[in-house]
Amino acid sequence: MDFRDTAEEARFREEVRAWLDENLPDELRGHRGGAARFDGPEVRAWSRALYDAGWSGISWPSAYGGRGLSPRFQAIYLEEEARAEAPPHIGVIGLGMAGPTIMAHGTDEQKARYLQPLLAADEIWCQGFSEPGAGSDLAGVRTSARLDGDRFVLDGQKVWSSYAHIADFCILLTRSDPASERHEGLTYMVVDMHSPGVEVRPLTQITGEAEFNEIFFANAEVPVENVLGEIGGGWGVAMTTLLHERGTLGFALVARLEVQMRKLIALASDRGASPTQRDAIAREWIQLQALRVTAYRSLTALERTGVPGPEGSILKLQWSEANQRVTALALDLLGPDAQLLPPNGPYGGYWAIQQLRSRGNTIEAGTSEILRSIVAERVLGLPRSR
Amino acid sequence: MDLAFTDLQDALRAQARGFLEATPEPGWEGLAELGWTGASVAEEHGGAGLSFLEEAVIHEEAGRALLHAPLWSTSCVLPFLPAEDQAEVAAGRASWTLALGPLVPDLDTATHVAVPGGDTVWELVGAEREMLPTNDATRPLGVVSGGEPGRALFSSDALPALRRRSLAILALEAVGVGTRALELAVAYVGERTQFGRPIGSYQAVSHPLADAYTELELARSLGWWAAWCVAEEDPQAAVATAAAGAEAAEAAVAACERAIQAHGGIGFTWEHVLHRLYKRALWIRSWETSPAQLRAEVAGELLDRGGT
Repeated sequence: MDFRDTAEEARFREEVRAWLDENLPDELRGHRGGAARFDGPEVRAWSRALYDAGWSGISWPSAYGGRGLSPRFQAIYLEEEARAEAPPHIGVIGLGMAGPTIMAHGTDEQKARYLQPLLAADEIWCQGFSEPGAGSDLAGVRTSARLDGDRFVLDGQKVWSSYAHIADFCILLTRSDPASERHEGLTYMVVDMHSPGVEVRPLTQITGEAEFNEIFFANAEVPVENVLGEIGGGWGVAMTTLLHERGTLGFALVARLEVQMRKLIALASDRGASPTQRDAIAREWIQLQALRVTAYRSLTALERTGVPGPEGSILKLQWSEANQRVTALALDLLGPDAQLLPPNGPYGGYWAIQQLRSRGNTIEAGTSEILRSIVAERVLGLPRSR
Repeated sequence: MDLAFTDLQDALRAQARGFLEATPEPGWEGLAELGWTGASVAEEHGGAGLSFLEEAVIHEEAGRALLHAPLWSTSCVLPFLPAEDQAEVAAGRASWTLALGPLVPDLDTATHVAVPGGDTVWELVGAEREMLPTNDATRPLGVVSGGEPGRALFSSDALPALRRRSLAILALEAVGVGTRALELAVAYVGERTQFGRPIGSYQAVSHPLADAYTELELARSLGWWAAWCVAEEDPQAAVATAAAGAEAAEAAVAACERAIQAHGGIGFTWEHVLHRLYKRALWIRSWETSPAQLRAEVAGELLDRGGT
């Protein structure tokens, strides 16, 4: 047990820090702090710069264009990226979900076609899983894929799809057997978002920003060679995607919370804090340290056994609730000023937007209710609730 | 960064778990024979020469088993004692407790009492001991009267480091206590049926237990961070032990309360072990510094001294 970086880790961390310090444009720093966007051309250029410098796919195998380093280096990169308040690579869906799924289930042709442009931010990916009638219960997917010769014809609707408005490809979960139920008869495929019959409509969220979208499919055609895995075997492929959604993501989340905490402490110093507010701030700082160590415990298990430890399943659950408490605490410190939007609100309206955005944290990427059931059933081994 | 336990630490845990399950009330000599009382004592004084981390593994298991022995109270003072006293502890002939205030723990089992006075911590000799009925019968409180300072043991300058050891140990004990309560609850709600289903299949029952797991794992992370900081004399040791102490005590109390609720009436009875776990958790939460006071220390570091 050693909580310090090894010499090699410290060297890598220093390299990341120095590079970010030198290369991160000021206008992209702290981009989530208000109206600044996460999807503009500057972010695409930034993502390309990350690729050129070797910061994309740090833990991907070198055969697929990665650096083949152990996940801890990916974790260190994500920590430093968040601490520098740099925007994440525009291909987060591709890097975190589509890429690992293609590596696990794709053909050689698919790997050769998709992985490198994904790393280089030349092509952007989105995910088409949730539907109006299939949220937490993903097996309720109804978007139909009808096989017609050497292509599938798609009809249906997906929702909550981040980056779909700028995406080139979508990893799509469809029902290819109309007579099937639940986990059977599903097919997972790669859809060209520029095909006829694919329409994207942005969804404006409670912050006033539009991070995600609806996708409508009306007789959109997908060549059969775009299937990932087997026709009818889509459920298993989708589970690979969701497993990776929770991979090293924990580090980025924890590091983002660390940045929030730093800002909260600065805010409390500026405005003063009552004894109860001081207690709440200490509580959140303690939670943050606990999450940070827990992320490393999970990583240690991942490196030793090949699968993340059970403690990793609590990271997103706890992070999301902590981020809600921390941003609410900031509002509490600010009083009515916090209700002013950018550009008039204090700190450019940062906390007003952050607090509203945080309400999505317990819904996206697995609701807290679903995550508690996962802990209860898969970690504690309690009987299934349904 | 490597947060894995060593093979030795894993082996110690397995040994401690097995022994304490088979031997609910081991004597101090028995613990010495296992090498636990002198785990971190240097080999030339008859100890095992291990680090505080190995000791901490044993304390987590001792908490889980509600060990009735002065292991924590002795461990707090042990590294500061003169070498010959450390040798006596390692040999199982001596154990210690510290009279920091009017209420002194482990007076029923500890052979020696240390007491701070001025710039020195002394051995208290010739004092009368009186045990007071205490919620947690496995760690009773008592009072000492009369007596006088005997030998000078160590400088009072060691007291902050002593307190950090105490907080780290109690945090891991608390994690052990809470984890056992949670395991009992998980087993019970998987078997107990009402309305034709195991009650653990109801989310109103299972989700609080998922929360207990989450809180205990976070507390475990803090407990090991604190223990490592103590072992390495890391500059963050003060804040890490305060954080772990606050969080683990509250997580253990909450886990016991959730376990009692999940058990229904049987969890509220004297015959069930849960109340004993609960009382130890409450004892730990009450000891020396409350979670709120510990958080006030953390807040002072963050907001007044610009630390961490």
